[in-house]
Amino acid sequence: MRIFDPHIHMTSRTTDDYEAMYAAGVRAVTEPAFWLGQPRSSAASFYDYFDALVGWERFRAAQFGIRHHCTIALNPKEANDPRCAEVLDALPRYLAKDGVVAVGEVGFDSMTDDEEKAFVRQLDLAGEHDLPVLVHTPHRDKVEGTRRTLELVAASGLPPERVLVDHLNEVTVDMVAGSGCWLGFSIYPDTKMDERRMVRILADHGLDRMIVNSAADWGRSDPLKTAKTGQAMRGAGFSEDDVDRVLWRNPVAFYGQSGRLLLDPVDIDQTATFEGNSVLRGQRPA
Amino acid sequence: MTDLLDDVLGTEGRARLTELTGEVTSTPARIAVLFPAVARAVGRGPADPDDPDGMVTPRIEDQARVALLRAAAQAWNRDALVTEIGALYRHGDADEKRAVLRAVDHLDVGNAALDLVGDALRGNDTRLIAAALGPYAAKHLDPHNWRHGVLKCLFTGVPLAAVSGFAERGDAELARMVEGFAAERRAAGRDVPADATCLLNRLTSKRPDLDGGTVPDQQRVRHDQED
Repeated sequence: MRIFDPHIHMTSRTTDDYEAMYAAGVRAVTEPAFWLGQPRSSAASFYDYFDALVGWERFRAAQFGIRHHCTIALNPKEANDPRCAEVLDALPRYLAKDGVVAVGEVGFDSMTDDEEKAFVRQLDLAGEHDLPVLVHTPHRDKVEGTRRTLELVAASGLPPERVLVDHLNEVTVDMVAGSGCWLGFSIYPDTKMDERRMVRILADHGLDRMIVNSAADWGRSDPLKTAKTGQAMRGAGFSEDDVDRVLWRNPVAFYGQSGRLLLDPVDIDQTATFEGNSVLRGQRPA
Repeated sequence: MTDLLDDVLGTEGRARLTELTGEVTSTPARIAVLFPAVARAVGRGPADPDDPDGMVTPRIEDQARVALLRAAAQAWNRDALVTEIGALYRHGDADEKRAVLRAVDHLDVGNAALDLVGDALRGNDTRLIAAALGPYAAKHLDPHNWRHGVLKCLFTGVPLAAVSGFAERGDAELARMVEGFAAERRAAGRDVPADATCLLNRLTSKRPDLDGGTVPDQQRVRHDQED
């Protein structure tokens, strides 16, 4: 089983996770820029985070045989904080970089006017930079948030196949399927969506534009949920080719629209350094 | 476009760089998004196969970025130029930062880029350290920090051929520091890098000439990581 986890926050995961992911078949990931669990208090904090996403984390993943890409955006939650608003002006500098394969996560958290302004502006940036978009749908009032999301995407003029609408479930799957956007499902340990329900959605809706991720972050989450979904698919009678399509070919097709995916196998060299620092401890490469 | 860059870029890369240079000449602000994307658009790789990290001879993408920044600089006054190189460096990845450090050798920014040099010299990225100690640092960096930069090269394995200014700046204080470094290595039973010996000889007038001359190949010695 080869796996592309299209949504995972590796900056908050350990090297044990990287090793377990590799062993389970994960060979590439996309790490979306998002909230950090506590609020940032300035734009500079975002820039350091973006620098890590295009730099250190990319290097760290490669040390474990995994190709790392990222998406860059001002996330919906922090779009409400005026101290962070200037991040929008710096985004073009980051959207131009190698390794940045989409604008994201954008979308709604609490459905405020500030969130909507930031969302619309970043949909425009995606058009200007010829990048696809990863959209976060809210956990509260999800149906209304998803409906408004699709209205804004349609109004942006972006082709729907350039947009992935994420964190879907049984109540939002139909409206996104009808929009022409890609459908993302985050599989969590015990909330929101699990692999058994995911398999049922795949059986009901087919595999076209279907994307499965772990969305693992600093909270209780599981970076192997993609692999476990693959196993659940097999258990339900899906073929190896079906599993490969959902866990590899679909995310590759979506993010491949950026023209910036790197998917050739990594030549693992743990003595390599990034900006002079290695993943080894107490041991300087000779 | 430099002759060197002209030699290593293919026809397509040359055409693309000319196009991008024209774009920043007419709209200098475009450099904010063209500078990061240069390698994808024009090409990347060593300009000198014997110097894959571009420690002494800047890599293809470094030279292309320098060409872009020089083109944009023609449209700006010094304040605007200083602001933009600061932003390119601040938001740049290691490759972009390296190119900004290479570019300041060619830009009229007075001592306003010294904070970028200082940032590079505080880090551990040997490619940035090498790029930070070119002609700009030789002209503007204060003697204390310049000497420490040279010493950091010896510690981290940056070839001294990357450093400009030995003729004007090599002094007894630097000789004392290098001798101390060599003594400490010998006391620890470790090799003294050939560059250190060569520099000491030169500083104590036993041998010419690091500037413009060749520095012996780096010995395969174990260098330190500075945390």
